[in-house]
Amino acid sequence: MNARVLDRTLIYASAVVLAIWALIPFYLIAISALTPQPNVSDYPKPLFPTSVSVGTMQLFLDSSGIVPAMLNSLVVALLTVVIGLALGAPAAYALARFRFRGREAFRAVVLVTKMFPIAILAIPLAAIFVRLGLYDNLISVALVHTAMALPFVILIVGGVFVALPHDLEEAAETLGASRWAAFVRVALPPAVPGLAAAAIFAFVISWNEVFAASILTVRTRTLPAQILASLSTSPLALKLVAGFFMVLPAVVFIVLIRRYLRAAWGPH
Amino acid sequence: MRTRTGQLLPFTLLLPSIAFLVVLIVVPMAEALFLSVGTESDGFSLETFQRMLADVNFNDAWRNTFLVLLLIVPLQVALALAMALLVNSHFRGHRWFFLIYTVPLAVSDLAAGLLWLAAFTERGYLNSVLQSSGVIAQPMLWLSFDNFAGLVTAIVIAESWRTTAMVLLVLIAGLELIPRDFLETAELFGATRLRRTMHVVLPLLRPSLQSALIIRTIFAFQTFAVVFALAGRNLPVLAGEAYTSYATSQDEHLAAAYGVVILALSIVAIVVYLRLLGPREMEVQR
Repeated sequence: MNARVLDRTLIYASAVVLAIWALIPFYLIAISALTPQPNVSDYPKPLFPTSVSVGTMQLFLDSSGIVPAMLNSLVVALLTVVIGLALGAPAAYALARFRFRGREAFRAVVLVTKMFPIAILAIPLAAIFVRLGLYDNLISVALVHTAMALPFVILIVGGVFVALPHDLEEAAETLGASRWAAFVRVALPPAVPGLAAAAIFAFVISWNEVFAASILTVRTRTLPAQILASLSTSPLALKLVAGFFMVLPAVVFIVLIRRYLRAAWGPH
Repeated sequence: MRTRTGQLLPFTLLLPSIAFLVVLIVVPMAEALFLSVGTESDGFSLETFQRMLADVNFNDAWRNTFLVLLLIVPLQVALALAMALLVNSHFRGHRWFFLIYTVPLAVSDLAAGLLWLAAFTERGYLNSVLQSSGVIAQPMLWLSFDNFAGLVTAIVIAESWRTTAMVLLVLIAGLELIPRDFLETAELFGATRLRRTMHVVLPLLRPSLQSALIIRTIFAFQTFAVVFALAGRNLPVLAGEAYTSYATSQDEHLAAAYGVVILALSIVAIVVYLRLLGPREMEVQR
């Protein structure tokens, strides 16, 4: 079956070419970040470097504002996860378990919010936060990031509860458990991986967000805001290391939640 | 489902989310409008919008935003479609390739710009490879302020690379909705893979393609950090002007006016999206 062999070869060849396209920027940023200080302006650069060093990374981490900015990013992302799950998980449970008036309307709101350019709203929000004394505060950044993450949390967690059979909860209630006990002891445990995936998704949204974070902060900058603010002044080698540090956690996380990506982005 | 536990519980569970979204979305939208038509003396005036229209960067920003969008969309759809069809052919190891194709989804626009900066700078990897293989004799200035084509190409590549995975996820979900027997019937009647793709798969995939296109369009109006990373302010875009009006010129009225333009464009796209898909399509539960 020659045609079959040809078919196979074509499929694998195209799959590999597309994989190279998807992966090559990660490789380039990694070898850039690992280039020893004396070699950063070498040209032409080797695609397979013979010497690597963490010197340039060290320099980046030592430059002023970077470590505090990373900590700020971490705080904002964790706040986003906590507020996002606290608001989104109950809403997701309601959507998955109940039929009620306005259910479809709320689903539509979730889908529209998912597409809505919330980051742009940072401009009017900045004026509001100034009046409230919340400007340049990590909480205000986390609130905007939560608004961005909320629809994704609701979709991921909702997908999980829809997939879990409702009968078990009802059986527990029939056997005398309260509604709350049935939820905590029966419905919640198998949903934990989905909740974790939603948490990671919210974390990545916040960790990556740059527009709102830049508009809403001056001194308490998150990592992307700090990097954006210093783009025009920082040397190329440090910009590349900055890219490396932004990408690293995000990629690890997305690999962890790969199973839930479709719930977040696919059609509903 | 059941109703005996009282009708109020679902609303109680939803209320915090609804209240939060109203405060974080509806209120600032109103504030954006007030800021853009308001003046320091609290009067109503279109002065800010006139100022925006007269701004030299506005026309460039408008043109560049749409140029980048028009270039990205076909490239991205072609790439995502190729990936989706490959993965959906369920060859051995397709799951690994699917994972690889989705990894760029985790990368922010700023980081995507910085990643591709490693390729496109004067002493970057693209020039290194081209020069080592003898294609060019000296480094090309891809990202120079006077190389408009170079700047646009770099931005289109970086942004397509980053967001192809979003389109891919929408298309994959659409492909999985196509009943297997359609394809098997076509195969039975002797249709080749190409003919099956052209005459069965693509027509059935149209709703997914439409929704992917519109989602992609909405995101294009917010394109900003990838442009700043690769081109600085040499290539103005709408969201970039909104940012600089606020952060550099400290003109919140002008920034809000740019914001209103971006919001209006996005809302138009969302309305088109809802119209095209219709409420029934949206309800399809997966």
